[in-house]
Amino acid sequence: MICNRAGAVVHGYFDNELDAVSAAEFERHLEQCSDCVYALEDMEALRSSMGLAQLYEPAPASLRKKIAASLGSDRPVATVPSRPVWGWLAVAAAILVIAYASWRVTSLGRSGGYDTVLAAEIVDAHLRSLQPGHLTDVISTDQHTVKPWFDGKLDFSPPVQDFGDQGFPLQGGRIDVVHGRSVAALVYVRRNHFVNVFIWPTDEKDRASSSGSQQGYQWMEWRKEGMEFCAVSDAAPSALEQLQSLLASN
Amino acid sequence: MLSPQEQARFETLILPHLDAAHNLARWLLRGGADAEDVVQEAMLRAYRFFHGFRGGDVRAWLLQIVRNTCFTWMQKNRHGKETDEFDEEVHGAPSPTPEALAIAADSRGRLTQALESLPSRSREIIVLRELEGCSYKEIAIITSTPIGTVMSTLSRARRQLQLALTGPANKESIHDL
Repeated sequence: MICNRAGAVVHGYFDNELDAVSAAEFERHLEQCSDCVYALEDMEALRSSMGLAQLYEPAPASLRKKIAASLGSDRPVATVPSRPVWGWLAVAAAILVIAYASWRVTSLGRSGGYDTVLAAEIVDAHLRSLQPGHLTDVISTDQHTVKPWFDGKLDFSPPVQDFGDQGFPLQGGRIDVVHGRSVAALVYVRRNHFVNVFIWPTDEKDRASSSGSQQGYQWMEWRKEGMEFCAVSDAAPSALEQLQSLLASN
Repeated sequence: MLSPQEQARFETLILPHLDAAHNLARWLLRGGADAEDVVQEAMLRAYRFFHGFRGGDVRAWLLQIVRNTCFTWMQKNRHGKETDEFDEEVHGAPSPTPEALAIAADSRGRLTQALESLPSRSREIIVLRELEGCSYKEIAIITSTPIGTVMSTLSRARRQLQLALTGPANKESIHDL
């Protein structure tokens, strides 16, 4: 390692922790620095080996039961659907839907910038999508497969783009229903977290993004060129912001 | 004791992060059996402190309690090689021997061994980043470490894991040859 940027900056870039200006500056540097390119490749290789090695150690069922018992709870202990393990994901999603429904009853009175009822529907739709077999109707990482798939199924043509190179590979798409109308849902994955991006046409003028969170799920909505976008995920808010800026800049 | 409403809130907010709690404890303690006991203790602590939780990043709040419970447990159960665990300078170099690495020929075995040989401060940071997907800011909160230290520790830990993966016969990264 000879390049003196190959320290913190390259890690910050790899982890998407640089601000947009520093990231752009580093990308210009990458064009002429093979040390940094190799350093990034090594980090990517390490990350994929760690992913393939399945090192994550979820809580065993026995521990889950013990903890539920020690808290005096007769309810099963829910899990976060952060990794695609479909078996327990269905259970977790079901529990979250129930938990969320009860939360929603108490939250409708709250005022917020974004329509809270709409945000609630979006999170509902996200949770629904995490149930087995519900995530994608068309499974493809190729935008040129996903985009035509929507043709004839919707009365509009949603913008579809893969951001695999930027850390948000496209997983596919499906039709969903939000606010009583059919909408396009694009599914991206950010590490182990699924991101649903709901898109539908609007007559209202462009609006910068606003965001919020409900029950641990982040959402972010914006309007651009006659389309309303709403992204929702349990990924970190910063990840959602990155995806938002990718989508909004294309 | 929490009120029934608070109890329900605890179950809705905290319990979904049980996997994250277990994963962190398992890697910090280098094993399953102790991790379960420590997670149980951490969950009880979280339950006791829950009225003090003011909202925000609930996973970070819980993982902070888990890692503190782990470190307390390690200090109480310190033996042999664990004593100087906190000294990153001493443990800066990758420690698995070539023999040990030869036994763990597959990458899962190698990675597990390499992770477990990292100093615990490096180990928790790389586990939070690569396995739990935490941001630098979240890691800084969970580990009570300045972001600059998070970054430098992360880069050191990655280098050590890369060396362990490329194998004892090839200590330098292939790109450096």
